[in-house]
Amino acid sequence: MGIISRGFSGRRSAADVKLPPGQYLTTDFPVLSAGPTPHVSLDRWEFTIDDASNGEFPEVLKRWDWKSFRELPSETFTVDIHCVTRWSKLGTSWEGVSLDVLLADVKTDLSYAMFRSYGDYTTNLPLKDVINKQAWIAFKFDGADLAPEHGGPARLLVPHLYFWKSAKWVKGLTLMSHDKPGFWEGLGYHIYGDPWLEQRYSGDE
Amino acid sequence: MSLDTDDYLDGNAAAGELSNIFAMDVTAAQGQCAHCGAIKRFAEAQLYMQGPGIVARCSVCQHVILRLVKARQRAFLDLRGLRCLILDTSQLQESGR
Amino acid sequence: MWRVGTVVALHDETVTARTITLKVPDWPGHVAGQHVDVRLTAADGYSAVRSYSIASAPNSERRVELTVERLPNGEVSPYLTQEIAVNDRLELRGPIGGWFVWRTQQTEPIQLVAGGSGIVPLMAIIRSRASGSTAPFRLLYSVRKPEAVLYREELQALSDQDHSLGLTYAYTRVAPKDWPRPAGRIDAALIANTTWPSKLVPTCYVCGPTSFVESASRLLTASGNDPDKIRTERFGPTGERQ
Repeated sequence: MGIISRGFSGRRSAADVKLPPGQYLTTDFPVLSAGPTPHVSLDRWEFTIDDASNGEFPEVLKRWDWKSFRELPSETFTVDIHCVTRWSKLGTSWEGVSLDVLLADVKTDLSYAMFRSYGDYTTNLPLKDVINKQAWIAFKFDGADLAPEHGGPARLLVPHLYFWKSAKWVKGLTLMSHDKPGFWEGLGYHIYGDPWLEQRYSGDE
Repeated sequence: MSLDTDDYLDGNAAAGELSNIFAMDVTAAQGQCAHCGAIKRFAEAQLYMQGPGIVARCSVCQHVILRLVKARQRAFLDLRGLRCLILDTSQLQESGR
Repeated sequence: MWRVGTVVALHDETVTARTITLKVPDWPGHVAGQHVDVRLTAADGYSAVRSYSIASAPNSERRVELTVERLPNGEVSPYLTQEIAVNDRLELRGPIGGWFVWRTQQTEPIQLVAGGSGIVPLMAIIRSRASGSTAPFRLLYSVRKPEAVLYREELQALSDQDHSLGLTYAYTRVAPKDWPRPAGRIDAALIANTTWPSKLVPTCYVCGPTSFVESASRLLTASGNDPDKIRTERFGPTGERQ
């Protein structure tokens, strides 16, 4: 640890609430990115579910354009979010389509998914972590359309895991038979990422 | 799909972190992008470093050229996006190298 | 490795910018244009790191000056510009950087282009030149309004006494009364009229917010400068390197 800087506390708030280990509470909403903000026009946006288990070319199982996606039943929800860079933001409100709705007609034996984004970001998740009201494709934050720098037009939201799993600018998921690391999971971050067990890095129990 | 120009810093911003890993200053090194072949000074790379790790992208094609994650006692370095780095070694001391 | 510097002086440059003078006992010396990473640590271990350009010329007193601009939503700059006091200690890593540097052995014409707080490393370069170089220098300093200019008196004195240091201000939002050029961003005409002609093959140093650097570099390239003769350093969109 470095020398203490007299009088410095940074951009944090006092927390009476219990946060996952090692986290600090923030009241703003930091923008953290691995690349440029893609600007996807709504007339070109799509979300696809595909299956790449049978060879080289993914078989598209489901596809929505923006219009058909927005016709799906959506819900508003309020969740806490925890970023692996140590900030937590409580009580964030969103509107989105549950993955339960998107996966409703998908019959598969495959247990894992790689979520894909516009740009080159990917993140992997067990399917069991995105069903049963645990994940959404969110298109509104705080009642307003999701801003591009926060992942708009739509982002994945999986609040029970570290926020790097909540892929911005999401464009679909690819079903997989085995878990494979995505963008950060392949470079030292934990394959699963439970903030309450402080699973930040690969090798953390 | 169009891209913003304002969200990034440049290779100079990563030099402090990279100084723990490279014996030489990397900002003056020339890097060849493995995707488009462009050869540029690392100082010109588009740098994203507020997230879980440092991501450097080619200023011509925006593909990732370098990534660095610091995970407690380990550093993970991905250089696959660089076909090569060209460093000027004339600055190094002769003795011991 | 982190070194510890002690604050020996503080000087307000403008309403929002302050220069911090540090004495760093194990400072190995630096080259003009380099920067340091500053690390602040709260009592509970929370830490934040930011990069700041060194404003002082190389010197033998182990003295490092940083000029910090306070950002409205900054996490570190409000602390450095308002809280820090003489005798406080700061952790620094550096000096850092080997590309965006100017050495006194360079004799070619130098074109400096500053956007806002991008003047800081360029000031280190100008101060370094003042110790004896006669390389022809021009500075194009783009700034929002007159009150935001850093080092005004020093720049004026240097350019008054040395006619091989040319100085041009470009005001982008509010220009002084009777200023010949209306407020506005730098453009091809300003580059053509106030910077070294590209046929002289100057080495250019451009520093400031990312969007400023991109646009100034494009203008310099368009006027005939080879991209590899244009050295750049980008601060964040708001001017603070994160």
